[in-house]
Amino acid sequence: MTAGEPAITEEPGAAVLQGRAVGDTVFKAALTIAVLAVPALLGFLVWELWVGSRLAIERYGFDFITGTTWDPVAEEFGALPLIVGTLTSAAVALVIAVPLSLGVAIYLTEFSPKWLRQPVAFVIELLAAIPSVVYGLWGIFVLIPVLKDHVFPFLRDTLGFLPLFQGPIYGNSMLAAGIILAIMVMPYIMSVSREVLMAVPASQREAALGLGATRWEAAWTAVVPYARSGIVGAVILGLGRALGETMAVTMLIGNRHEIAASLFAPGYTMAAVIANEFTEAASDIHYAALSYVALSLFVVTVIVNGLARILIWRVSRGQAGGGQGV
Amino acid sequence: MRRLLILSTLGLGLGTTQCLAQANLNGAGATFPNPIYAKWFDAYAKKTGVKINYQSIGSGGGIRQFTQGTVDFGASDGPMTDEQIAAVSGNVAHLPTVLGAVVLTYNQPALGTTKLKLDGPTIADIFLGKITKWNDPRIAALNPGVKLPAGDLLVVHRSDGSGTTYVFVDYLAKISAEWRTKVGVNTAVNWPTGLGGKGNEGVTQQVKQLEGTIGYVELVYALANKLAYASVKNLGNKFVDPTLESVSAAAASAKLPKTTDFRVSITNAPGDASYPIASFTWLLLKADNADPTKAKLIRDFATWMTTAEAQGMAKALGYAPLPDDVAGLVRDRVKTFKAGGKAIA
Repeated sequence: MTAGEPAITEEPGAAVLQGRAVGDTVFKAALTIAVLAVPALLGFLVWELWVGSRLAIERYGFDFITGTTWDPVAEEFGALPLIVGTLTSAAVALVIAVPLSLGVAIYLTEFSPKWLRQPVAFVIELLAAIPSVVYGLWGIFVLIPVLKDHVFPFLRDTLGFLPLFQGPIYGNSMLAAGIILAIMVMPYIMSVSREVLMAVPASQREAALGLGATRWEAAWTAVVPYARSGIVGAVILGLGRALGETMAVTMLIGNRHEIAASLFAPGYTMAAVIANEFTEAASDIHYAALSYVALSLFVVTVIVNGLARILIWRVSRGQAGGGQGV
Repeated sequence: MRRLLILSTLGLGLGTTQCLAQANLNGAGATFPNPIYAKWFDAYAKKTGVKINYQSIGSGGGIRQFTQGTVDFGASDGPMTDEQIAAVSGNVAHLPTVLGAVVLTYNQPALGTTKLKLDGPTIADIFLGKITKWNDPRIAALNPGVKLPAGDLLVVHRSDGSGTTYVFVDYLAKISAEWRTKVGVNTAVNWPTGLGGKGNEGVTQQVKQLEGTIGYVELVYALANKLAYASVKNLGNKFVDPTLESVSAAAASAKLPKTTDFRVSITNAPGDASYPIASFTWLLLKADNADPTKAKLIRDFATWMTTAEAQGMAKALGYAPLPDDVAGLVRDRVKTFKAGGKAIA
């Protein structure tokens, strides 16, 4: 297998070591299989999606990505509103969730009294364990009425000069879906960034404080920059969840195949349309179009994750000069 | 400890295979009739010992699995198309089991307890996005003496593919030529206007929370949740409330011929008492089953489900039962079932 093995058997007392080497071999083989199984599974998944969507790929090609009509009766399928909806809802979620969860994480590691840390962290992590359909129901019965009657009218009155906050208010909307997604991804971003911030060596803080920085300055200039690649990783974890989330989103987004400038308008996402139409897609081309959506979602996820990797790489490369901020 | 683990795993494995072996028939399909099917299969197992396993995965999935032969029977809210029937070489019988209906539910506080009245062309124009105000003269003409406000009329429809949608748009396509050419009929369509809610509960939520909305839901669901619903003008020019009786009346007035394949739409049915937005839901069975044991089991069950005993259970769960003459036609059709080209023993 590898060069390491014969070296062991040549040693004196080889019989004893031999026994160990067998254990090692088995262990290593088992791990190798496990490691190979993951990419194999992924490959199989992509292949299956490809086969399932071939009919639609042959018929629509790349027009599928740029088309805006979704008409199962006329068998005309275009996924652009779905792709835009998926990206928009995830972006709204991150805009809301990132500052909030980072704020909580920084507070818990840098400012909070010790007795408060564990309970708050525990409660936030508990949020991650709630099934998404429960979030969806809560969104329908609690969140939507509050948004529709108070938050949205307030936004329209104050920020109404932006096209994002214009138009009629229905309740179910892109913004409502973004907000529920924000609540759902917060525990992930918060937990991971808290861990990362806790791992920052105390010497970073002490050095900054020693130079006369206030606690706020120490946190912002010495602790956060030190942890930034980990924090970006936490955000990406949240982004992944936001892109793929289905149930809660479809319950709140209004499910309309349309690209609207306003966040008050209903929209649609790729995951939601699959969940909605897959069970009742009787015609072959409808079925293939939904598989094609799944394949597109996969590609979008790969691209977004790839961009994020590049971002991490650039951020962590800059870390060599971590003291720049001070 | 390890041995215990292995033993229990083995036990689990055995348990599972035993469960599967015990189900004599496997079926999959429509979600709408799932409660009554579950009730029937349970009652039938207690009565005869024959176990039938049913997965409510949706009509589309039911047709697909039936075509691929992975289940013994399928179930669907919409009949198979001629193409789909050709894919199984014509070896399929559609048997109606119970009836469903679609009701229009709305949120208009100005109406108070007065029931909204609508007719087909008006409903079609509302869902085409051509009527957008509550005080539209056409709605006002159907509701004399009712003071309708000037507010916006918003449409809520199902976002998930659904037999309920199929029945509703089938009705609209019969009423409106524009609907037929512009939108068409399917379990999911390209809606000209409105918001999409997931499932009956999603539509209901949006209608309840947003003033001025109108949407459509399954009758069973509307009855269970005591929703406000409109009476609809039928072919006999009468305004009819959706009830189990008016739905069964629609099926009775369809006057099926003796040779029917049951793939009939009963929307916009004639007769003064008929509610116009109603439909059968079907079991998809092999008319000629290569497996004689299964052929016999299916024949016996299909005969039983048309009896007064089984149809009575349907009524208790809020499904409209088959009219007697349709039940008789179903029994006659079941008698013609074959096993490997021969009569069933």
